[in-house]
Amino acid sequence: MTSKLPQMVEPFSQSLKSRGLSLTRLKSTVLQINVGLLCNLACRHCHLEAGPARQEIMSADTVSQVVELSKRFSFGVIDVTGGAPEMNPHILDLLGGLSGRGARVMLRSNLTAMDGPGREQLIDLCLDKKVVIVASFPALNETQAESQRGKGIFLKSIEVLQRLNGLGYGKTGSGLELNLVSNPAGAFIPNNQSQLEDRFRQILMNKWGIEFNQLFSFANVPLGRFKKWLVASGNYVSYMEKLAHSQNPCALDGVMCRSLISVGWDGYLYDCDFNQAIGLGLGGQQIHISELEELPVPGLEIAVSDHCYACTAGSGFT
Amino acid sequence: MESYYQPEDLPKFAEIGQEAPELAKKFFDYYNAVFAEGELSEREKSLIALAVAHAVQCPYCIDAYTQTCLEKGSNKAEMTEAIHVATAIRGGASLVHGLQMRNTAQKLSF
Ligand code: SF4
Repeated sequence: MTSKLPQMVEPFSQSLKSRGLSLTRLKSTVLQINVGLLCNLACRHCHLEAGPARQEIMSADTVSQVVELSKRFSFGVIDVTGGAPEMNPHILDLLGGLSGRGARVMLRSNLTAMDGPGREQLIDLCLDKKVVIVASFPALNETQAESQRGKGIFLKSIEVLQRLNGLGYGKTGSGLELNLVSNPAGAFIPNNQSQLEDRFRQILMNKWGIEFNQLFSFANVPLGRFKKWLVASGNYVSYMEKLAHSQNPCALDGVMCRSLISVGWDGYLYDCDFNQAIGLGLGGQQIHISELEELPVPGLEIAVSDHCYACTAGSGFT
Repeated sequence: MESYYQPEDLPKFAEIGQEAPELAKKFFDYYNAVFAEGELSEREKSLIALAVAHAVQCPYCIDAYTQTCLEKGSNKAEMTEAIHVATAIRGGASLVHGLQMRNTAQKLSF
């Protein structure tokens, strides 16, 4: 299923063609692994519609195939995402298996899933392997954050950030990197990431004594639950127009799908996590990790759809 | 719906330069310079603009700066407080002129 665009916005593939551009792969240096759609939250901007009721999680078999893949090829970055990756029962095997070969291993967390019994081992492993934690932290304002992620998550996220800081995460010189991701709570596109980062740094430190390394601010991708909300709230057309009007040809050069290979929870491969959300396979093909002999060759065409407008708007999506 | 204000006019703002391009250029250069980061951040300037938009009651500016404030990372609580500042000054300005009324009334009446 691909998203149906309002007529006033040109389909993304056509907009590339009309500007004489194409989107092709470079060397694959980033491995992204989606370990499943199970999540303790059900955020309104989630393009995967992850949530507590989702059953789809990566099996032990697929986990070992992914680890195998990471050994066969050398990736510079390995990005583990979900759902809430912490909720996959094989997460320790995965992170343990991926670490130690020079790649920068990152774990995406909504922070709240890192809290609670049974998570100590995971945190110990992250400390030991110096796993980079990339935490969603949408807003400095409780109401705004909770309108996106649900009641009670703000203070819990603050607590987890403080705990991570206490363990050395986000502290200069510790080698333990803690990055924050702030997605806008609604149908607007963030701008000026560095000013936002300064403000987050100042307020988190002054109010809560929290430190972090970097803040990333990404536009929400019009898919899944966010798309449903856009349509229901009457914002879909104007949001798509806004994305299409903020096209930045430089962002096109740096989009993540050019150097990334994304493995879905069931082992199927994609050009990115967003294509995964709509079942649009790697280069438009259905390829399973067990069939992958070589990494996709540079020059291979990337499967695009209209949500790609979100990755190429403004300063882009890395 | 027929109305004096048309939301679709907002993105056409630059067309105002068609009859007087040089003046428009001066205005837009100045406008852009005003909103660039200086002693105040772009975010703070947008909050001021939002408050002023309410004081001058311009629906175009209210729309535009609501968007801009959100994009620059402000939240609804901050934006609402900014509007209260505009309201307090508007109200205060009327009231303080009441002293002129009182002086005049004082002079004219027993
Ligand atoms: S956005 Fe992240 S935290 Fe929120 S529901 Fe989706 S996967 Fe879970």
